[in-house]
Amino acid sequence: MTTTETTPIEAWTRRVEDLVLDLDLSAVRAWKDAQPGRKAIGFLPTYVPRELIHAAGMLPVGVLGAGEELEIVRGDACFQSYICHLPRSVMELGLSGRLDVLDGMLFPSTCDVIRNLSGLWQLEFPDKFVRYVDVPQNFDPEVGGKFYERLLRELLGELCALSGKSPEEVDLAASVRIYNTNRARVSELYALRAEEPWRVPASEAYLALRAGMQLPPEEHTALLEEYLELARAAERPMQDNARVVIAGAFCEQPPLPLIRTLERAGCDLVDDDFMLVSRWLGPDVPETGDPLKALVDAYLAFGGEASCKYVPDGEDKGARLIASVREKHAEGVIFAAPSFCDPALLDRPMLQEALDEAGIAYTSFKYSENTGQLQPIREQAGTFADTIKLWGDQ
Amino acid sequence: MNAPVKKNVVKEPSMLRQKEMIAQHFRDLARAKEQGKKVVYTFVPGNLTELMLSFDCLPLHPEINALQSGMRKLSGEYIAEAERAGHSEDVCTYVKCDIGMMLKGNIGPTGEKLPEPDLLLLSYTGCFTFMKWFELLRERYKCPTAMLHVPYQGEGHFTEEQVQYVVDQLRSEIIPKFEKVTGQAFDIDRLRDLLGNSARAEEDLVYVLESAKKRPSPIDAYFGGVYYIGPLFTAFRGTPAATEYYRMLREEVDARAAAGQGPITPDGLLDEERFRLVVEGPPNWTHFREFWKMFADEGAVVVASTYTKVGGTYDRGFRHNPERPLESLAEYCLGCYTNLNMPTRVDMLTNYVKDYEADGFLINSIKSCNSFSAGQLVMMRQVEKRTGKPGGFIETDLVDPRYFSASNVKNRLESFFQMLAQKGQEVPA
Ligand code: SF4
Ligand code: SF4
Repeated sequence: MTTTETTPIEAWTRRVEDLVLDLDLSAVRAWKDAQPGRKAIGFLPTYVPRELIHAAGMLPVGVLGAGEELEIVRGDACFQSYICHLPRSVMELGLSGRLDVLDGMLFPSTCDVIRNLSGLWQLEFPDKFVRYVDVPQNFDPEVGGKFYERLLRELLGELCALSGKSPEEVDLAASVRIYNTNRARVSELYALRAEEPWRVPASEAYLALRAGMQLPPEEHTALLEEYLELARAAERPMQDNARVVIAGAFCEQPPLPLIRTLERAGCDLVDDDFMLVSRWLGPDVPETGDPLKALVDAYLAFGGEASCKYVPDGEDKGARLIASVREKHAEGVIFAAPSFCDPALLDRPMLQEALDEAGIAYTSFKYSENTGQLQPIREQAGTFADTIKLWGDQ
Repeated sequence: MNAPVKKNVVKEPSMLRQKEMIAQHFRDLARAKEQGKKVVYTFVPGNLTELMLSFDCLPLHPEINALQSGMRKLSGEYIAEAERAGHSEDVCTYVKCDIGMMLKGNIGPTGEKLPEPDLLLLSYTGCFTFMKWFELLRERYKCPTAMLHVPYQGEGHFTEEQVQYVVDQLRSEIIPKFEKVTGQAFDIDRLRDLLGNSARAEEDLVYVLESAKKRPSPIDAYFGGVYYIGPLFTAFRGTPAATEYYRMLREEVDARAAAGQGPITPDGLLDEERFRLVVEGPPNWTHFREFWKMFADEGAVVVASTYTKVGGTYDRGFRHNPERPLESLAEYCLGCYTNLNMPTRVDMLTNYVKDYEADGFLINSIKSCNSFSAGQLVMMRQVEKRTGKPGGFIETDLVDPRYFSASNVKNRLESFFQMLAQKGQEVPA
């Protein structure tokens, strides 16, 4: 009989998986219990400036749905069958009391569904702090920038009123620094993935990122550092997998087994758009000057592309995706979008056209956060991986 | 039981006038290029018609193309074409219908080819899909695009900052693009004149819509309402023709009300008003008449609807204001129905049920439209709770014939009407 010892990286994975799949948000409860009066604020994808919540002394918590973990009953009574899965699981989490630990919720301007969900939250949870957080689609500093700055100042004021922190006590610059460090570690993780993908399986990278949706940023940074160290040290055989970029999964999340399925199908995910909030501004938000202004400027300057963000110049459509493929030496793109996700699915033909012009291979499928039938996806991804490995250079 | 409907089909002069206005508009569009007119594609919610007209541009609305294709039974083919070209079956069918039509030669309702846009005016009000739609059209037409980002009323009201943001965009982005495309300088006095005309027409539209408070209602505020909103929601707001149209319409409605008459349906004058309804959600266009008949045959009259507010919530008091031209355009955009948050939408429906003394309300949930549909089940429960009136729920689509099941819709409606009839007989406690 042989005993298999748990390697440090396996232990890390289990620990983080337990954290990430815990729909009762025990880690958030523990953080709140550690000090009386602490508050936590939930936010939905795609992007909110977490620095403001942090600076107001509260814990930002990403609410990304319930994956395949939860039976949806009340959530289904709120949404018709032709609406994506995310809002129904978020509603289920809310109505089942699992989100009671959150003292408020922020709903970013990602799509009409999340937008409407913000209002439903106001109706269903009238005692909670609920805000719809707009972002400018006009990127002129004098226009969209001014608007966004006023909006963020107001939001910061409201968050402080909720947390009880006086505006004089707020050290937003410190929060910017903390998140810059966090984003730098996230970038490091993505860089390692691209350089030595066999060291960083997609599922582990995903867990590492997802943990940041519940942990305070300082702790999350430490967890990323721990993982990076373990991954660099782990003895893992180099593999000749297909290097692919995932696009379209920026909101409703694919279930973890789906990500593992892609791995098993021979795909190294060298880039993706999961949890863009972790990477939105890049690590270089200026740490001098007015920190709020710095967040505004960084937002306006952010070159990333997401379906919820307007691309002012048609020539740039798809440019970010192509750049990612080139920079990460990817061999193809997997468009993985949630069913009924208008933003991702409407974007897809435009991005595909851009890839066609650039001669980049792609395949597409839809999923939902509770997709259980993974075999067809495995076959499709496997065929894609084989094809680009065989024919990629041609 | 079927409510008797007089079979002599009447076409009112206002209806004929509107028809002529639309026909003329499409003739103008067909000749736009030879006459050196600039064509601007834009959306109904948050449209800046007066501004476009002040630059002598001709507006063209892709949603209207799509709905007309639906009514002319062409949308199924167009949608299929777009899906063959790689568009997902899951997404908004207005977009696919428009794209399919474009792929098939862009032939408009008059049988003539529609002109290509000189400018895409992307007023991003009340729906994210608009943004993707015009990104898609921009790929094809490679023409200038002007984006007007209208923030959502997440807190149920708009703020000074939001108005300022929209005005700033009008000044720095929209007007300069118009000047560049047309070669004309912005003429604020011309804009003011047009806005003055709009306000007069808006006054009359509200008068017409509110006539439904009478018993019997002289109008149907949904099926008939979609015609009444036509000129103001599309290419004509601000024109003397629109102002005249609304004056005419108002007189006709007044005359019907004075005679104690009900609305005119496709089969003629509705004699007996059995049920008064409030409706939320857009109508189905592929089976518009059949759908309307399901109501008219039962004597169900829609006394208020939210769809007739997508292009402006004039009944909440908004009027374009020549004294504050850009600010009032901004406030107009901010106030369109789908730019209002869900609690405000619930309040509006609740008030409609009360103010228009409705017997019940109905939601027509549109598969295509997340902007309208996401959350309607919660809305229904809220309105039921607040009004004590029964709510009905049906599912159709705007222009995808695959999602209109006449038998299902009819069954659901019949049960709903039965419920209303029973409720009507109950003696109040
Ligand atoms: S999955 Fe898509 S449609 Fe659904 S909430 Fe997210 S962005 Fe919106
Ligand atoms: S989603 Fe609704 S509002 Fe938006 S374009 Fe489609 S039908 Fe119109």
